[in-house]
Amino acid sequence: MSGHDHDHHHDDHDHSELTETELRVRALETVLTEKGYVVPAALDAIVEAYETRIGPRNGAAVVAKAWTDPAFKKALLEDASKAVATLGHVSRVGDHLIAVENTPKTHNMVVCTLCSCYPWEMLGLPPVWYKAAPYRSRAVKDPRGVLADFGVTLPKDTDIRVWDSTAETRFLVLPMRPAGTEGWSEEQLAEIVTRDSMIGTGLPKAPGGAK
Amino acid sequence: MNGVHDMGGIDGFGKVEAEPNEPTFHETWEGRVIAMVRAIGTNGGINLDMQRFSREILPPQVYLTSSYYQKWFLALEQSMIARGMIGADEVEAGHSLHENPPLKRGTFTMKDVERVTTRGSFRREPRLAPAFAVGKRVRTKNINPVTHTRLPRYARGRSGTIERINGCHVFPDTNAREQGENPQWLYTVVFSGHDLWGDDADPTLQVSIEAFEPYLEPV
Amino acid sequence: MEHDRHDDHASELSDMQLRTRALETILLEKGYIEPAAIDVLIETYEKKIGPRNGAQVVAKAWVDSKFRQWLFEDGTAAIATLGFGGRSGNHLVALENTPAVHNMTVCTLCSCYPWAVLGLPPLWYKSAPYRSRAVADPRGVLKDFGVDLPKDTEIRVWDSTAELRYLVVPMRPAGTEGWSEEKLADLVTRDSMIGTGFPKNPGDAS
Repeated sequence: MSGHDHDHHHDDHDHSELTETELRVRALETVLTEKGYVVPAALDAIVEAYETRIGPRNGAAVVAKAWTDPAFKKALLEDASKAVATLGHVSRVGDHLIAVENTPKTHNMVVCTLCSCYPWEMLGLPPVWYKAAPYRSRAVKDPRGVLADFGVTLPKDTDIRVWDSTAETRFLVLPMRPAGTEGWSEEQLAEIVTRDSMIGTGLPKAPGGAK
Repeated sequence: MNGVHDMGGIDGFGKVEAEPNEPTFHETWEGRVIAMVRAIGTNGGINLDMQRFSREILPPQVYLTSSYYQKWFLALEQSMIARGMIGADEVEAGHSLHENPPLKRGTFTMKDVERVTTRGSFRREPRLAPAFAVGKRVRTKNINPVTHTRLPRYARGRSGTIERINGCHVFPDTNAREQGENPQWLYTVVFSGHDLWGDDADPTLQVSIEAFEPYLEPV
Repeated sequence: MEHDRHDDHASELSDMQLRTRALETILLEKGYIEPAAIDVLIETYEKKIGPRNGAQVVAKAWVDSKFRQWLFEDGTAAIATLGFGGRSGNHLVALENTPAVHNMTVCTLCSCYPWAVLGLPPLWYKSAPYRSRAVADPRGVLKDFGVDLPKDTEIRVWDSTAELRYLVVPMRPAGTEGWSEEKLADLVTRDSMIGTGFPKNPGDAS
């Protein structure tokens, strides 16, 4: 069965320029297609969803709303899945989302020591560092050291709570709203909510425009 | 299993290195891999727990030196070969050479895309009341299964507190062995840094895990 | 291409060999070591220290009950009388295999081994499969060695985490009554003194 007419690979590398892994991946996809297991266009759609539709903007929108709407914030902290589901424009979540709130007393940080579990519907696919050995090994033992790698220093007496996502419950950190943002719209606020601040390895951007 | 994937507390891996403005996929093939894993997972009956275990059983040196999506790729290939869904010879040839029965849920097509780009639900109806209440002191069991578990080694045999009851969920330990969903109550159990790491631990540290009821015993 | 020309030889050496030679050259040029001293060390490891030492200890324990008792009470001292150990600094402890208890030694953390009586450890002893499995699944490990212990024999695994080193004293094979120590020593295999094997039987080919 020749399936090469619908070549979905947009790059036109010579075979010899492809890495071994790339060749093997293509080979597998060819086998799966020829067996009628998958339709390549459906795979394209998954890739596109991950690359464009599902990303940290979802989480940022939720955080911005929590900052401006006390009733929403309360609902979010009680049952994040339900609260987020009420926002039509945010991607659908499963029923396992838990929002954890940063306060002056407590800073939250999320990890998956065993693999890469992550609230991807809120933040998109996890970054390489989140899934790699240094973070997975050190977050549960030396979170301050990890924060130092991110250039973040917390006050000595701030408690740090690390959440190891060992099951299907997923955690979204609700960072503290920066000072100097009074009266900002949700859209403006969403702009300063960084992905790392929703994992707990960073803080939101300061209003002055500094990164 | 007590594999090298169980990394909590291991020393020597070095600094966390974040890439600024990291793309979703660094190479085209990475996107193809995650798409194939999702597609075959859902339509081919390889559940999430089986998928995770298939990565854990990669040889340690492969696990530690392969990139994330390389691990996903190798585990997918090997799972499918082990289940007779594709042949090693076909992988080598890059083409289908034999007939195979169709996937359990049929060919993965556009109609299936929405399902895999939305997180599923693993919550199930409880059959019994939860054994532990919020605030209860519990101890994690010293289990060392050679198959899949979600109780990391650093948190075995430790005393902690039930902070939250998260409903009844599919139990990965049995689901990964294709021995059924066997739903169990899921708890957030919190430990002090001292309980986990001893006298030299950061005194401001608390760590929690999501523990299934079979992992816990009363203190 | 086939014949081994001297000037081609260097290019055929492996990366590790080249790097080792380079380091040794530097150490020599800096006057840190003398080549003859290195040669003596290597010869000692290759020829002078080996499982034959341990085999002699075991054979003596099989025939001499007073030595045997002393060996289990104070391994370092008893073994020293045969000229082994001595300045090595390790304490040696002898472990007695009986019908009820089988002993097995490992170093999960690295490769600690009673080298004064057994020489340098074999590759498998120092490798991940043995180090990881011996303390969790010793029967599985013994199967890899083709050894099947009776179900009700207790297995005691000793993890050599400190400078104490262990020598397993296997049980004397039947049918060796009246044998000389030297002949008995021929039956004592290295693996039987680690606990991953048994001594040869009188009938076995050597």
